[in-house]
Amino acid sequence: MGVDMLIIALLGLPLLASALVLLLHDRPNLRDGQALLIGLVTAACAIQLYGTPNGETVTLLSLAAGLDISFTPEPLGKLFALVAGVLWPVATLYTIGYMRGAGEKNHTRFMFFYAIAIHAAMGIALSGNLLTLFVFYEILTFSTYPLVTHKGTAEAMQAGRVYLGILVASSVVFLLFGILSVWVLTGTLDFESGGILAGHIDPFYVPFLLGLFAFGIGKAALMPLHRWLPAAMVAPTPVSALLHAVAVVKAGVFTVLKVAVYIFGIDFLRETGSSDWLVWVASFSILAASVVAMSKTNLKARLAYSTVSQLGYIVLGAALATSLAASGAAMHIAAHAAGKITLFFCAGAIYVAHHLTDIKDMNGLGRVMPVTYTAFAFGALSIIGVPPLAGAWSKVMLMGGALDNGHMLVLGVLMVSSLLNLVYLGEIVLRGFFAKPTHGLKSQAVQEAPLYMLLPLCLTALMSVVLFFAVDMFILDFGG
Amino acid sequence: MMQHLPVLQVLLPLLGAPLAALLRGRDMAWGLALLLTGAAFLISAVLFSLQYQADGPLIYDLGGWPAPLGIVYVIDAASALVLPVVSGLAFVATIAARRLVEAEIDARDHALFYAAWLLTIAGMLGQVTTGDAFNIFVFLEISSLSAYALVAMGAGRDRRALPAAFNYLILGTVGATFYVIGLGLLYMLTGTLNLMDLSERLAEVESARAAFTALAFIALGLFLKMALFPLHFWLVPAYAYAPSAVSALMAATATKVSVYVLIRLMFGVFGVEFNGLADAIGLLILTLGIAGAFAGTLAAILETDLKKLFAQSSIAQLGYMAIGIGAMSLTGLAAAFIHLFNHALMKGALFLAIGAIAAQVGRASMQSIEGAGRQIPITMTAILVGGLALIGVPLTAGFISKVYLVRALLEQNFWLLAGLTFISSALALAYVWKIIEAAWLKERPAGAPVLLETPAHYVPAWLMVLATIGFGIFAGPLVDAAYAAAAVFIGEGR
Repeated sequence: MGVDMLIIALLGLPLLASALVLLLHDRPNLRDGQALLIGLVTAACAIQLYGTPNGETVTLLSLAAGLDISFTPEPLGKLFALVAGVLWPVATLYTIGYMRGAGEKNHTRFMFFYAIAIHAAMGIALSGNLLTLFVFYEILTFSTYPLVTHKGTAEAMQAGRVYLGILVASSVVFLLFGILSVWVLTGTLDFESGGILAGHIDPFYVPFLLGLFAFGIGKAALMPLHRWLPAAMVAPTPVSALLHAVAVVKAGVFTVLKVAVYIFGIDFLRETGSSDWLVWVASFSILAASVVAMSKTNLKARLAYSTVSQLGYIVLGAALATSLAASGAAMHIAAHAAGKITLFFCAGAIYVAHHLTDIKDMNGLGRVMPVTYTAFAFGALSIIGVPPLAGAWSKVMLMGGALDNGHMLVLGVLMVSSLLNLVYLGEIVLRGFFAKPTHGLKSQAVQEAPLYMLLPLCLTALMSVVLFFAVDMFILDFGG
Repeated sequence: MMQHLPVLQVLLPLLGAPLAALLRGRDMAWGLALLLTGAAFLISAVLFSLQYQADGPLIYDLGGWPAPLGIVYVIDAASALVLPVVSGLAFVATIAARRLVEAEIDARDHALFYAAWLLTIAGMLGQVTTGDAFNIFVFLEISSLSAYALVAMGAGRDRRALPAAFNYLILGTVGATFYVIGLGLLYMLTGTLNLMDLSERLAEVESARAAFTALAFIALGLFLKMALFPLHFWLVPAYAYAPSAVSALMAATATKVSVYVLIRLMFGVFGVEFNGLADAIGLLILTLGIAGAFAGTLAAILETDLKKLFAQSSIAQLGYMAIGIGAMSLTGLAAAFIHLFNHALMKGALFLAIGAIAAQVGRASMQSIEGAGRQIPITMTAILVGGLALIGVPLTAGFISKVYLVRALLEQNFWLLAGLTFISSALALAYVWKIIEAAWLKERPAGAPVLLETPAHYVPAWLMVLATIGFGIFAGPLVDAAYAAAAVFIGEGR
């Protein structure tokens, strides 16, 4: 298949799946089966696109002169499309198991918006200019809102308000401001390697423009715009997987990285020193969120703050503005996705099998759910950065980037952060395997979640290992 | 025949009005109104394409008397763009009016209602078409007087329509009086009332102060008519207590016509370069525009009556149009025209959809739509899309408006103002989402009246919704037309 066919397939298949979900709403098995099947085809397309050389721009339509909806595959975008494309069928399989196992309602609506969200993620990944990116960014926000509020309780509604309020307000106030500023300054919105801003803007204003993007992309959850992410954990666990791994936050940090690389240009950022402030904001976000994560005993809340902290790594990679750091950040998009989706899958499995949400109640649970806990350990170790798991590489590359750029303190931040990760993620594994079982778990025989859920979480745990050894494929070269 | 089209589209509704008043029998007057507004829409579409193909403006000498002796009707790029907005919205509102009027107005008054309805439409079309400043005043009064009567007809359901109409009448008359005083000064200075003639002779006038005074009177009068903050207090009760069909028609068109007249006089007659006009009035209009954007948005957030909520939102949206005008640049003026067009679509959709609810429950309060998302999904989806367009979500017309408005501000280096515009547009999320939550996330309370929807309820609103989406996705022609309209008044350089 040609590149343009692959692009159309990646954008169109999720839409097809969402349409079929609606058509087959009264035949659940068929409805879910086709979503899984289309997911697998999408994954295949994403893998094939990753292997093909960069193609030409495909313009879908033009809103007005200079405002095109167009798609250009480039290494970074193909990587994100790969992450979203491969994790989608895995997440779909898990969703089918979870929604039936936990007795949630409104499956059709859920599956419909899930597929739309994937469509939006693909649009973001492959976008050829800022306008296209913005359009799909907003589609992603609005299509995930019904998922976040899925339970329909007062708490879910409140979470939905926070979710939408932060994401929409930040995007229409700051992000759109930044995008239109770029348009007026340079006369174009296209992503180009090396960036487009150099020579069009007084270097004095570059940090401010960068700020509009860094805080306009609320999905990157840079502190203090992170509140929506922990709030959204009221949603069913498959939504958390979508938010934390497959699409939403990844779309956020991907956008930050893409803007830094293809709009500002990392050379331009480094030479003007415009992103130095962002290095410190990201460092603060990394450490502060880790500390908050330690104080949480609700499993999903802890994982949510862990995500906020990990996203800081990727923003940090963009802010360090060296090729190595940017590659590390790109790698971390994939590594963190594989690791965090495993952790959330496990959290959901624990909830479906034993209805436990608090870490303090999970003493000894590892002996009852050995497979789940082993997978959890894999995910946790990857995020901590222990070889031979994927997270090790991205941390090494980020550290190398910091050295290149002379940011010695950042090395310290990364080390401290790894220790904090070890404490708050390690605690869960240790309690599970070694602590004295809590009352209810004492005489419990082995009881895992349904196979539908167990299979995906083993698969994603395995991915962390595969990513470590296949690292060659994920090192992108940004020049400079 | 073709050369008579400019006058014909004003004459048809104007002459149809007394006929409608005489008609008896079910739906006769409505049928006539539908026919005439449909014809007016068709004519304005033809005029748009004729003007597009022609080199310059199409000029029609009324009674064969050439300007400046006689009155001329001018179809240039600007009026050709605004005419279809007025006539198109009038047509769709007339489609919806049948059911809304049946539900809300006493059967004996239907003929009179449609007479006033046609008059107000004729008045608006006349203001847009005419090339004579005094003729604008005449049409302004025709459309306003009939609009007062239309608002007062809401008294059958809610007596508060009477004070609302009375307020509207007093303030509307004050506005018109200011306008005509300014016009008197201009006539005294130049001896002409023809717009083109005025602009030529004004350049030679020595007493700049007198001309400036004239501008001040005219601008103030039109600020009042277009409900620019802080002269907007008549608008909310007038829209809220008027019959639903009237709310839809007026929200979509009435203030827009005044915006157009303001542009025509400020730029077409006085010109941007007139005596520091750009600096003094530009800054004033920008300030009032952004203040209105915030005042309207914040008031809308606190509002619980849907018609009032969207009327407040109109204050904010008019503020955006004012900001476009106040930028005093080609892009700014184009943005004002784009938003004038797009806002007519969005508000048309919203008020038609809300009208369909109000006609059933009497007063469309926040409480009345709780859980309505499942009962009347098609109508509520229209409100959802209209609301998203108001926020400026991409792929709706509102996004295009915002992009060009902010572009205009950034081109002039108004960075702070651009930021404030973004903030106020983001705040719109709060009042739109209040409605979405009530409709979809709350359960319908037990004992609440069952809401109905049939195609007659939602088709008119959905016509506007589809246009909102269509012009959000294929905005190229509109943007071109708006730039052409702006170029009538302002050179390429600004």
